[in-house]
Amino acid sequence: MDIGKFMSIMISMVFINNFILSKFLGLCSFIGVSKETKPAVSMGLAVTFVTTMSSIITWLIYRWLLIPFNVTYLRTICFILVIASFVQFIEMVVRKTSPALYKAFGIYLPLITVNCAVLGVAVLNSEVFFDNGRVLPASFWMSALQGFFAGIGYLVAMLLMSGIRERLEFIEVPRALKDVPLAFIIASLMSLAFMGFNGLKF
Amino acid sequence: MPNSPSKESHFVVSAGAHIHSGESVPKIMWTVFLALLPAGACGVIVFGFAALKVMLISVASCLITEALIQKLSHKKISIHDGSAALTGLLLAYNLPSGVPLWIPVIGSIFAIAVCKQAFGGLGANIFNPALAARAFLLVSWPKYMTSWPKPFNVDGVTSATPLMMMKEAHVFNISQMGVSYMDLFMGVRGGCIGEVCIFALIIGAIYLLWKRYIWYQTPLAFIFTTGILSWLFGAQGFMTGDFLFSILSGGLILGAFFMATDYVTAPLTKRGRLVFGVACGGLTFIIRKFGGYPEGVSYAILMMNAAVPLIDRYVRPRRYGTQIGTDARAK
Amino acid sequence: MYEICAYLCNKYMGILFKEFTKGIAMENPIFGLVLGLCPALAVSTSAANGIGMGIAATFVLLGSNIIISALRKFIPDEIRIPCFIVIIATFVTINEMVLKAYFPALNQALGIYVPLIVVNCIVLGRVEAFASKRRVLDSLFDALGMGVGFTIALCFIAALREFLGAGKILGISLLSGFEPAAMFVLAPGALLTLGLLIGLVNYWQFKKTDSK
Repeated sequence: MDIGKFMSIMISMVFINNFILSKFLGLCSFIGVSKETKPAVSMGLAVTFVTTMSSIITWLIYRWLLIPFNVTYLRTICFILVIASFVQFIEMVVRKTSPALYKAFGIYLPLITVNCAVLGVAVLNSEVFFDNGRVLPASFWMSALQGFFAGIGYLVAMLLMSGIRERLEFIEVPRALKDVPLAFIIASLMSLAFMGFNGLKF
Repeated sequence: MPNSPSKESHFVVSAGAHIHSGESVPKIMWTVFLALLPAGACGVIVFGFAALKVMLISVASCLITEALIQKLSHKKISIHDGSAALTGLLLAYNLPSGVPLWIPVIGSIFAIAVCKQAFGGLGANIFNPALAARAFLLVSWPKYMTSWPKPFNVDGVTSATPLMMMKEAHVFNISQMGVSYMDLFMGVRGGCIGEVCIFALIIGAIYLLWKRYIWYQTPLAFIFTTGILSWLFGAQGFMTGDFLFSILSGGLILGAFFMATDYVTAPLTKRGRLVFGVACGGLTFIIRKFGGYPEGVSYAILMMNAAVPLIDRYVRPRRYGTQIGTDARAK
Repeated sequence: MYEICAYLCNKYMGILFKEFTKGIAMENPIFGLVLGLCPALAVSTSAANGIGMGIAATFVLLGSNIIISALRKFIPDEIRIPCFIVIIATFVTINEMVLKAYFPALNQALGIYVPLIVVNCIVLGRVEAFASKRRVLDSLFDALGMGVGFTIALCFIAALREFLGAGKILGISLLSGFEPAAMFVLAPGALLTLGLLIGLVNYWQFKKTDSK
């Protein structure tokens, strides 16, 4: 695993192919939860944790279960079930063991089950790091990294967006554009700004 | 107050004991506009009459868009405050002189309608309208936005900008590019209308600094970060970059003095401005060195614009009247 | 037509989305529609893609609504969500296989957004709010209505983007002198189009309520 590949996955996932701003994955929660910074950051951290873990788990399932039995067409069903039960499990564990942590981000966990970013990164991993059922070199680590940085990209977009929207709380914006429409316009301009990183190579 | 509530009925409301400095938004805006004019004049000298047309159309369409939107939304029309005119001028300064004339019109509409009025007008916008419009135009019509007329040439012959030569033709030595530092300083090179003449830009910037309309923290941090990083990580190895070239080529001076210092879209505190400048410089360097575009100043400022609310929140000045680490009440 | 879809979503979506958001603010009535459109927005670069995605989603909606409505007496209440997901995922998988076999070009264009229909809020939403409580026939028409509404909305956005960004609709050039703004077929354009469209719908709604 060389540093160049590491950097390119990081830059690509956080800036160029940011899940929210260029792939539209996780847009629902992005618009819904980004009104204040604190919940936005909690949500971002929760998503990062889940994308990383589910990348690892789905990779293992894809590699050691679906490919050997030649049933890769069951990918969608398997992934969504595994992710849903994993998230449910984490929620239960967090609720039982640490009420403080549960209050901080546990309440966002049920939301994450239906977050397209989580399933999106799992599907993306199985397409990018496998070649028609053949494992590509360093596939496991790259999948885990891709999951992690997809979450970080989500967190970055969340953080910026929540800062902007908190500032706009005190400003009289045109009535028809208040809240959701303006959030989309801001996301559009952020996406435009992030296009400056297009073609970034190390 | 526990006692004598009856005597409190004689409060007199009067104006606060403050002296008005005589500054106002229109005055500041028009002063910045004025300070930008020398650079525009140089642009017209270098690129000819076409540059003047782009500037006039851009300013006019910004004013018209602003007036129309304010009229349609039943607000007070405030085009005399100079902010729309300034946006128009800055947008024109960020365009090549050879663009078709509908480009500045569409750019102006995008800048004023989407980037400014949709957020609630002057003082509310998050992103610099002129730069966001430039980014929009560059993504939408790259063909027009990246053909640079040659200086002192009226036949529509185009040339590459110095940064493009560095990026695309891998020419790293300034003498091989056929320009001298003096050329770069005086503006004899391909580029956007307002960015080429560094000399005129610096005159305007010094005037604004002297009038205290802009602060030195952001521009200096921005310029030195870009310059030093370019020098450290030069094309031929560590510490081989060209410090002066990286500053004089591209839109760094225009961006650092006139767009990163925009009142609305820059941080409020001194330390915040410093952070803003350093981050802009770093991003500019990264885009120039590793990115797909030859120039990164406008994208760097736009990206940092998005982070300004966070900078304002986390980079705060010390509370007045307390010492570091102690609480006022402890005394 | 955008309004029709907004109305449909408004009428039905509100109830169930609360399940997931658990009280996170969502006053905007158009929000229901936006939720379903999120992942689909990525493929709305051309009207043809919009139609393809719309039909794919309608198929999944139709299939899962019918099956779940037919099985509603047998699915235990406590584990209904996992059951719904399995049924929806089954239809998505059938969808994927059909696309791969018969429409490889469309499959290429829609990419990972086909499997993502599983987590589309509209599908899960209709199933939970409607199909799990009503007769098969009702559910069938409900799915058709929602699917068509979704397809129309998606096509509308896609056609708008294709026209602004490439100067064409369904691949046919419309104006000769028109120079398209390429941004509209890219990500920022999608977000901007959706933002402005919602703003426009809000504007009409405010106008209606003001005049009353």
